[in-house]
Amino acid sequence: MAADNPTNTTYALELRDLRKSFGKTEIIRGVNLSVASGERVAIIGPNGAGKSTLFNLISGRFAPTSGDVILNGQRINGLAPYEINRKGLSRSFQITNIFPKLSVFENLRCGVLWSMGYKYTFLRFLSNLHDANERAKQLMEMIKLDKKRDTLAMNLTYAEQRALEIGITIAGGANVILLDEPTAGMSKTETTRFIHLIKEVTEGRTLLTVEHDMGVVFGLADKIAVVVYGEVIAYDTPDKVRANQRVQEAYLGSVVADEQGAGH
Amino acid sequence: MNSTTTTTVASSATSHYRFKPWNVGRLIIWTLFAVMLIMAPMLFRSSLALTMLSQIGYLIIICLSYNILLGQGGMLSFGHAVYTGLGSFIAIHAMNMATKGSVHIPLVFIPLVGGLAGAFFAILLGFVTTKKSGTTFAMITLGIGELVASMALMFPEFFGGEGGITTDRVYGKAFFGISFGPAIQVYYLIAAYCFVCTAAMFAFTGTPLGRILNAVRDNPERVEFIGYNTQRVRYFAFIIAGFFAGIGGGLATINFEIITGADSLSVIRSGGYLLFTFLGGATFFFGPIIGAVLLVLASVLLSELSKAWLLYLGLVFLFMVMYAPGGIASLIMMNLRLAKYGKLRQLWSSYLALGGTALVGVMGAACMIEMTYHLQLNAALGPELTFLGATLNAAGFTSWFGAIFVMVTGFGLFELCRRQFLRQWSTIQEEIEHEIKRGEAL
Repeated sequence: MAADNPTNTTYALELRDLRKSFGKTEIIRGVNLSVASGERVAIIGPNGAGKSTLFNLISGRFAPTSGDVILNGQRINGLAPYEINRKGLSRSFQITNIFPKLSVFENLRCGVLWSMGYKYTFLRFLSNLHDANERAKQLMEMIKLDKKRDTLAMNLTYAEQRALEIGITIAGGANVILLDEPTAGMSKTETTRFIHLIKEVTEGRTLLTVEHDMGVVFGLADKIAVVVYGEVIAYDTPDKVRANQRVQEAYLGSVVADEQGAGH
Repeated sequence: MNSTTTTTVASSATSHYRFKPWNVGRLIIWTLFAVMLIMAPMLFRSSLALTMLSQIGYLIIICLSYNILLGQGGMLSFGHAVYTGLGSFIAIHAMNMATKGSVHIPLVFIPLVGGLAGAFFAILLGFVTTKKSGTTFAMITLGIGELVASMALMFPEFFGGEGGITTDRVYGKAFFGISFGPAIQVYYLIAAYCFVCTAAMFAFTGTPLGRILNAVRDNPERVEFIGYNTQRVRYFAFIIAGFFAGIGGGLATINFEIITGADSLSVIRSGGYLLFTFLGGATFFFGPIIGAVLLVLASVLLSELSKAWLLYLGLVFLFMVMYAPGGIASLIMMNLRLAKYGKLRQLWSSYLALGGTALVGVMGAACMIEMTYHLQLNAALGPELTFLGATLNAAGFTSWFGAIFVMVTGFGLFELCRRQFLRQWSTIQEEIEHEIKRGEAL
């Protein structure tokens, strides 16, 4: 985790002409995006626009075909996910991705271990790692699962699992957080509560999120990037994006109309 | 297992985060384990029993080490005998060198030599094996298992060819009268190693690497995104498993004083470790200990009882995989959970009925199996055989009819009992769930 130097204009995350092809099909077609430290950016776009692929390129699940991903001033493209994670980027998944047979507390503690320097050690007991246990406990309170400490993750409700997913994601103290549709599949009330939670736990960190719910997007994001057909067609503040003619045509018009029609 | 502890832990909210590795319950269990290891040869005095106890001792280490891979890491290895076997061979060469006086290693440290050898070969071969997980991992271990087994035949100087290598465990000066000549002294050496290794492997489950290994088993992809290289995690766990496997191999060498490559390195041997670790129960730490005991009982006693013992073993394995994939340990834990909520008493009669009817059915089936084996293997001895005190006529209609009748009746009644039992079981589980919910609400 390189410390941010305010005199330097490095962004927390920068994508430079990022491209990815699967076979002959180019899915990501030259994406440029700069996210300043502490900014909250929502990535929106129609299904199949390449939002999740973009996340996979940034987090190291796929290597980009060309272009650069720069995290805190360092090139990270082509690195393995765990190397990228160690450099201060952490992500969640669209489909809940937790450790089902471990308890809530164990899930979070696993997320904490590497960043606290315990790595692959097998000469110390977990129960004696007070800092890691304390941190896991704090996280458990942050995501409001402290009453479920010893419940196996697979026995949690869906909303609780989503919260745990966020908990694991922020556990390592990464300063850039990627959340892939964090509220997918949640009810309206759950979503509202959850957005509040996300804001709370990512306070002071750089946040990128893929989101479909426009209410969520406009409530959460400082900036919105609209991805259509593998390209960023607009990247601006929510108000300006809403007013953007091209965005209206390509994507947003129908969605916003729907949302407002639904009395949002 | 965890769900059973939920309520008790939740009720003591303040002591939440101070889980002590040395609580009273554990102290009692480990003391009991030590006492059992010490007392066992006093209870079972025959020389056969002592041999069996010694075998159980080192097989506990081996099965537990295998379970680091299978149960804790989700790695289905078909080649664990490579590490126990190579541990044995290095140990036996070390013993022979010590006898000649070219190196000075007291016998008590020979198992450690085996352990280091096991770890060394795990470092060497595991680097390739643990690159992959899942099916690919299993295939590679099988390949390496075959490779090493066939190597054993190619280098008779080292592996002793078909005759194997022999040694004499009595060398050097006796220490306080302990020469390790008598089997009882060897047993206590094995028991001491068994205790220490079991404790060490249990301790491993409570370390950061041990926990991340569980995480890799459950969801390797997610582990990659919390900073861990899953290949590295598997590799380190593999080396640790190899180390303990080698210790087990070294102890086996001391016990038998002979090692043959065709036996010790064979894939069949690896399969045995897999089978019995699974039967004992891979999901709980203590499961493989049960597995090791069963392995010895089956291979020594059951094989004595019937020629068809492998068939019976296969059937048991089949039923366990289908109906109790958590092995015997999980059956025990399920019933302990019932006992904890005071529900076990309701099930006694059902268990008795299930056991009784199953026994009848199995008897019938066993008679048929024995008669078939008799016809195939002992035809020259005439059609009559005695099985469990009864005389059967393998060529006669009555014996077959009787056996079929007993089997069908037994299994028919068993099925009826089973249905009744399942209903009872699910009601009890619901009741327990209710109690847990109530406990959480308080």
